Amino acid sequence: MALLIQGAARPVLAAEKKNVTLLNVSYDPTRELYEDYNKAFAKHWKEQTGQTVTIHQSHGGSGKQARAIIDGLDADIATLALGFDVDALFSKGGLISKTWQSKLPENSAPYTSTIVFLVKKGNPKAIKDWDDLVKPGTGVITPNPKTSGGARWNYLAAWAFAEKKFNGDAAQIKPFMTKLFRNVLVLDTGARGATITFVERGLGDVLIAWENEAFLAIQELGKDKFEIVMPSLSILAEPSVTVVDKVVKKHGTGETAKAYLEYLYSEEGQEIIAQHYYRPRSKAVAKKYAAIFPAVHLVTIEHFGGWQKAQADHFADAGSFDQIYQA
Amino acid sequence: MAGATGLRKRAANQVARASVTEPPLVRGILTAIALIFLVVFLILPITVIVAGALAKGVQFYFQALTEPVALAAARLTLLVAVITVPLNVLFGLAAAWALAKFDFVGKKFLTTLIDLPFSVSPVISGLIYVLVFGAQGVLGPWLQAHDIKIVFALPGIVLATVFVTSPFVARELIPLMQAQGNEEENAAIILGASGWQTFWRVTLPNIKWGLLYGVILCTARAMGEFGAVSVVSGHIRGLTNTLPLHVEILYNEYSFTAAFAVSSLLMMLAFVTLALKHFIEWQHSRETNLTAES
Repeated sequence: MALLIQGAARPVLAAEKKNVTLLNVSYDPTRELYEDYNKAFAKHWKEQTGQTVTIHQSHGGSGKQARAIIDGLDADIATLALGFDVDALFSKGGLISKTWQSKLPENSAPYTSTIVFLVKKGNPKAIKDWDDLVKPGTGVITPNPKTSGGARWNYLAAWAFAEKKFNGDAAQIKPFMTKLFRNVLVLDTGARGATITFVERGLGDVLIAWENEAFLAIQELGKDKFEIVMPSLSILAEPSVTVVDKVVKKHGTGETAKAYLEYLYSEEGQEIIAQHYYRPRSKAVAKKYAAIFPAVHLVTIEHFGGWQKAQADHFADAGSFDQIYQA
Repeated sequence: MAGATGLRKRAANQVARASVTEPPLVRGILTAIALIFLVVFLILPITVIVAGALAKGVQFYFQALTEPVALAAARLTLLVAVITVPLNVLFGLAAAWALAKFDFVGKKFLTTLIDLPFSVSPVISGLIYVLVFGAQGVLGPWLQAHDIKIVFALPGIVLATVFVTSPFVARELIPLMQAQGNEEENAAIILGASGWQTFWRVTLPNIKWGLLYGVILCTARAMGEFGAVSVVSGHIRGLTNTLPLHVEILYNEYSFTAAFAVSSLLMMLAFVTLALKHFIEWQHSRETNLTAES
């Protein structure tokens, strides 16, 4: 029975402990980033405090991971794909405070990314912009916006393009989106699943993906097979991070968890972030990696009235996605 | 499904074999269909797994298997099986005993209920436990107040696995015990045996092959379960990942070779199961032949 009841009687004061364990619950594409970052932070923390910190990782679709934390997955830290999923930790779980986003710099998003196209080497279908994705016979791969955080960024980026193209005329934007999603061959549940579908199973002509995910696929599977196309307009994706207050209070890990997230903004943290193809916030590091991250016209989530409104308008039941997908 | 039915079928086949009347062409076509089916759905995938696992050489293969995270996953998988199987043996024995030897109100209902885990999607099986024991679940607040962790930890994984694998032993034993009836037990009791003596000396020897068969199936499934465990695991690497979940993670991390290497472990487990199953059937038929001859 002792085996079945675990996690009881944890000491409360972090500073008195020799070893600290943190659980970072994150979304799909960040596995490699946090594997590297965890090592760097563990070293930094050891030098600072003498404590040995072990960081466990859990990855999955962003929405699913938020759900798991709400259902009791003991995450000290949540690093999710979008602010909306972090919001749910407050609104559905009461695990963090309403003002979580102002607790860390830059809207609690230590790195950003954007949405790009991954195409086969030589770009055989000559895909240059969102326009080319609605052409008949173009096979598009993107995950399901209902379950995937990345897919919601994809969807909103496409929407922003159509909005600009048709001067905000809803009567034209929706048919554009319908045509785009008619071209979708597979609607995976998560970003990584969609990437595997495109690069490993060879389905489709273009993958709409996180910039970092596209770079990683090229790095893992060869420069001779794929290339990245930057559309004329995309979206500034701000993956958000937070300490899960209620959990760290129970574990007594608040201090370490806070330092873990703050160190993401440090020179070293930003450097690791850039190496994993996330766009760094630090100007100095961004300058160093400018060649990798071309400047592109980016709309922000504020353009859609923030995540709560964007979610209600587009991804809730009977939202725009349901309308265009069933049309 | 049931080993006992399998054994009975084999005996029936032996009778039928002598009286085959189909023309050679029909037999040829049927055999060809079966063979093609086997190649496409069994031999081809197995070859792909083995080839994929060894794509980067034997050294890489063993490296992938002995990685700390892979070892932790293997340990957890074994631990789950070690806890799950005895629990289900107890449950299976009790259920089969009650259903086969006694008459009571609601017997039909209980029989149907035992089959429930087979007819429910494993994902739902996992979700039930999240809804009951999760932080937002029925018992969630109480569990949290007492700092007891069920879901996203070992107990949840065990619970989900127990649920999914609970019918195996019971389904094996019920038809067997029903066919055997009560006579031998009644005789033992009339001769003065106690309840336990009757069980150990009469019932258990009669059902041992069926029981072993159920244990093997139960073990194989407990180690291979993906869906239900995936829902309650929390996917914490090195802590709550079982082997099947580890395969998925490796595949998603572009570590295709390592994913195939770990898959091959699970595949070997399946082969061991098959071999054991054959051994048991062989032992059983030998024993029945001996009894028949004597």
